This record gives sequence, structure tokens and C-alpha cells, in this order.
Amino acid sequence: MASFYQWFHRLGAPKSFYFLTGKWLPWLALATGVLLVAGTVWGLGFAPQDAKQGNSYRIIFIHVPAAFLSLAGYYVMAVAGAIGLIWRMKLSFMVMKAAAPLGAALTFVSLFTGALWGKPTWGTYWVWDARITSMLVLFFLYLGVLALQYAYRSGDAANKASAVLALVGTVNIPIIYKSVDWWYTLHQPATLKLTGASTIHPEMLYPLLVMIAAFYCFYALALILATRAEILHRERRTAWVAELDGG
Amino acid sequence: MSTEGDASLGSGPFSAIFVRDLRVALRHRGELANPLVFFLMVATLVPLGISPESSVLTLLAPGMIWVMALLASLLSTESLFLSDFRDGSLEQLVISPQPLWLLVLAKVLAHWLVTGLPLTLFAPLLGVMLALPAEGFVTLIASLAMGTAALSMIGSVGAALTVAIPRGGLLLSLIVMPLYMPVLIFGATAVQQAVDGFSASGTLAILGALFAFSCMVTPFAAAGALRISLHG
Amino acid sequence: MNPAPLLECKDIAFERDDLPLFSGVSLQLLPGQAIQVKGANGVGKTTLLRILSTSLQASAGVVLWKGEPLSRRLSEFRADSLYIGHASGVKLALSPAQNLHWFFQVFPGNGVTIPDALRRVGLEGFEDVPCNTLSAGQLRRVALARLYASAATLWILDEPLTSIDVDGIGVMAQLMSNHLAAGNGILMTSHQPLPLDNLHFLELERYVH
Repeated sequence: MASFYQWFHRLGAPKSFYFLTGKWLPWLALATGVLLVAGTVWGLGFAPQDAKQGNSYRIIFIHVPAAFLSLAGYYVMAVAGAIGLIWRMKLSFMVMKAAAPLGAALTFVSLFTGALWGKPTWGTYWVWDARITSMLVLFFLYLGVLALQYAYRSGDAANKASAVLALVGTVNIPIIYKSVDWWYTLHQPATLKLTGASTIHPEMLYPLLVMIAAFYCFYALALILATRAEILHRERRTAWVAELDGG
Repeated sequence: MSTEGDASLGSGPFSAIFVRDLRVALRHRGELANPLVFFLMVATLVPLGISPESSVLTLLAPGMIWVMALLASLLSTESLFLSDFRDGSLEQLVISPQPLWLLVLAKVLAHWLVTGLPLTLFAPLLGVMLALPAEGFVTLIASLAMGTAALSMIGSVGAALTVAIPRGGLLLSLIVMPLYMPVLIFGATAVQQAVDGFSASGTLAILGALFAFSCMVTPFAAAGALRISLHG
Repeated sequence: MNPAPLLECKDIAFERDDLPLFSGVSLQLLPGQAIQVKGANGVGKTTLLRILSTSLQASAGVVLWKGEPLSRRLSEFRADSLYIGHASGVKLALSPAQNLHWFFQVFPGNGVTIPDALRRVGLEGFEDVPCNTLSAGQLRRVALARLYASAATLWILDEPLTSIDVDGIGVMAQLMSNHLAAGNGILMTSHQPLPLDNLHFLELERYVH
């Protein structure tokens, strides 16, 4: 127990985080690359055509993982913020700061690919159904955290304020999701229904799972890279960073 | 304890801050009318921009009145902590021996009395102007009473986070709108259900639960946010 | 015989966004003492005072109040100290009496009545006038009136004599001397010299980077 605590604390020092992740990074990049290529080729090239949608359904191989990660990413951001607030760990705030634009971008990708999927499937780019509306509200939550970050003059206060907002948003996400879901069932037009994931054919499911794993790896990779960049920026005046640069 | 003069009103920290804020708001009586005038004017935009036909207005009325009440409430939220921040009394509240969440609660209650409550009482007038059917009026008032109170509480967190930011009003709207949406959904739906002849009591109960939940959580979040704002 | 210090700071440091403002600030405020923090504009005097009034948190260091860490005695300290900053904390929409009323429902008073406190700062006759009709000097007096009615041991004053005329300074000096004579403490900054006994100085420039 004591050694885990020690390890956690050591990880929390920006310098050790930088060097520790430096060792894992090539492997993570490799895994991401392999999974992305495998999943994309499998999904786009080898998975069977859908009975109703033909080939246009294939966008789910990007849309669904992006949606998963955008929601998971919000929790990563909120938890990193909470750790930063409670234990005053600067590194945790750096992770939170990196997670915000990453999650926002993934949410945007999810919305955009959703719109692209909507056109051939329902004839329209945008539909106010429960999932899309919830995703849009998630996008707004991300934008709020980003806007708050940039509005503060002091970086330290900006981090704490964003953490508070992210936590308030976290509490709200289930409420928003449930209320939008309920709202949609009241107004549901008879004709529209999204393909349920539960009825997905296994030959389409497996490449999808690969892509989801690939996106998780990609998220971790991008998050770590962004955090490392932030560490270098914050610690730019210290000796160890100067050494990295060649003195 | 120095308590003289008109000190019979407001003993104890909660009442003192509550009475203080009411007095300050009433001193600027002209400004109190602004959200109401906004409310009224936006109501006029609906027939002008969409259609003056009663059938169309009736369809839109429950949701539109709720949206406009939400916007009017949003407009007035910025003033919750701003003057205290500027004149230094916010800093005094933050370093006082009193629990900050209690003082925040007092401020939000006073704020609701002079913003949310007038909006709620004004809403039937808009109901008449926008052809809201008679069945909807009671539910409109009930939903707005609880809803604007919940909006005030939620808004206080945003106001606390943005009080130290110059021209933070727009930022405040950005961060608070997603949090307002569940209240809007249940409030507007309750009125629609009443108009359609169904019982809205279940929906109003959920709205009440949202309000109760916001009372439990937001004073602490706002108190924490105020300390952060004073720090930065 | 050494009396125990009221307030003690050990190695207080403050940095904003990884840029240090000052570090290693140590001081001891004994009962009956006043400490004046000196330094050029912008060196961090107000920041130090705000740290000690608990509205800011130091980046490093320990503050002891009556021998115990501040973090453990926070509400007692807050009830026992009074901070008057640049912004006086006076609401312009209210009258002086109303302002003092809310203040003393939030902070503990010492039994002096509000009309009495206002009379001592020369605001007799202005108790119920809206503060936005008062001059800058009169507004400052409303804030300073708190000093007469407060039960606080420690006064933390940031430029308390701004806008106060010569007579007023004399009255303030007398008030502060009485406060110190009772074994209390004052921590302050001031551009104007103050005729106080037992006045010590802290040169903040020494701790600045």
C-alpha cells in the first residue's frame, strides 16, 4: 500500500511523469497505429454490407468510438480536475487542461460524422433525437470549460475554476441525458429510429470493438503527448528541461 | 453586539445578508423592471417573427414562455455577486467566520425574490398575449415558481465562477445554459401536459426534485467558486 | 519574559502561475505590537495582507495564530481578526448605519453601538444617508467605524488613512494606540507616517525575487 502511494506521488511530479511516459510512449503509439489500421481496413473493407443502409453505415466505425470517447473523456477531465483540487497536484490540472480540447474535438467529430450518416439514412443532416441532442449538450459543456479556462488571467485560478465547472457538469450529465431521453420519447416522430447497437451483426461488431479500442489508445496517446508538451512549457525554466534541449 | 436603529430587521448572518441584499435591490428599483420589460418585449417578437395566428401561438406558448423566462433569468444572474465583488464586500463575506454557503443561499434567495418571482407573477400576462389555453395557467405559475428558483441556484455557480472576469456576462451564459436545459425540459413539458388535459403533477414533482437537488449542491459549489474568483 | 506571539509567519511564499512574488517571509507579531509592511508599489504588500486575512492562500509556509496552525483555527481566527482593504466593503446603496448593521451580524462586535461608532469617526448626522452621497473621506470613515465596534484582536489594514485628513489621522492614531495598549495587534501598510509606539517594520523588498 505504501509503495503504491509512493508510486502515485512520484508519478505526480511532472518531471518523473515526463520520463516515465517517455518509456511507454513508443509502445502506445505502435498499439494505436496497429489497432487503427486494422480496425479501419476491416470495417471499411471487409465487414459485410448492411441490409438496409448498404455501405453508408460504415461511418459508425468512426462515429461510435468518437461518441464513447467524448463521454469518457469528460469524466477523465472531471476526475483530473477533482484530483487537482483535492490533492493540489499540478500535474493533474495539466491532464485536465489537455483533456478539454481533446474531448471537445472528439464530440465534434461524433456530431459531424453523425450528420454525415444522417443524410443518406434519413435524408437530413440534422435530427433532434435523444442521442444527438445529448451529444450536442455535451459539446456545450466542453465549450464552457474551454471558455472559462481562457477567460481567467491567472493559470492557477483558471485550473481550479475549470475543475469546479467540470465537476458541476459531471453531476449534470446523467440528469441531462435522462431528461433529454424522456423529452424525446414524448415527442418521438413515428418514423425515425437509430440502428440499435444491440441488434448489430457480429461481423460488424468485431471491427467496431477494434476501432473502439483503437480510439481509447489514441485518446491516451494524445492526452499524454499534450500533457508532456504542457509540462515542458510549465517547467521551461528548470535545469532538466534545459538539458533535454541540449543545454 | 452593536444592534441599533432599524436593526430589528435581520439578526443573524443569514437574515442580515438577506435583508441587506433586498434593500440594495430595492434601492435600484428601476433596474428591477428590466428583466420584466425584456420578458414582455421578447413575447412581442414571437408573433412578429413567426405568426400572429392564435392557433400557432397556442402551439408555441408553453415552450416559448418558458424559454423567455429562462433568458430573462439568465440576464439578471450576472448581477448576483458583481456589486459585492466591486465594492469589496464579497471579500468580507468570504473571510467572515460564517459558513459561506449559508451567505450564498441568503443572497440567492433575495435575488430570486426580486427577479424570478416577478417573472413568475408576470407570466400569466404573457400567457394571455400568446394565446395560452386556460388549462395551462396554474401549471405555468407553479412550474415557473420552482423552475426560476432552480435557475437562480444553478446560475449562482456560473455567476460565482465569472464574477472576477471583465465582461463575464456572455461567458456566464455559455457555461450555465447546458445546466439550465433539464429545468427547461421539465418546466415546459409540465405546462404542455396541462394544456393537453393531462396531469402535470408528476412532471412538477420532478421539477421540484431538481430544485431540491440544486439547493443541496449549488451553495457549496458557488462558495468554492467565489473563493477561486477572489484568488485569481 | 517573552509573551507568546499573536501571529507568526514562517517562510511564507507566494507565486502566481509559477512566477514567484516573494518567499521566505517570516514575522512575529507580539501582543501590543504593530507591524507596518513597507515596500515599493507592486512588491506584494496587499498580497501579503490578503494572505494573512485568509482570502488568498500562500504557496508555501506556515501561519500560526496564538501558537496553532491557522488551518486548524480558521473560524476562530476569522472571528478574531478584521481586514479593511483598498475596497472598503461598504455598499453604496445603503446608509452607514445599515452597512455597519450587516457587518456586525456577520462579524462579532464588542458592544459599542452603531450610532456611537459613527459618532467617533465624525459621521454624526450622516447615519441614515445613502453612502453614494458621501465623499471619499466619509466613505473611508464608514469602514473605519468598524474598528470602534469590533471584537477582533488583530487588525489587518491596507492603507487605512487614504482620503483621511490630518485631524482624522490623529484620531486614528489614538484609536490604534488604545487597541495596542489592550494587548492586541495591528498589521498594516501605509504611505503616511503614523505616530505609534511599539511600531515595527517589515521590509518586503528583502523577500522579493
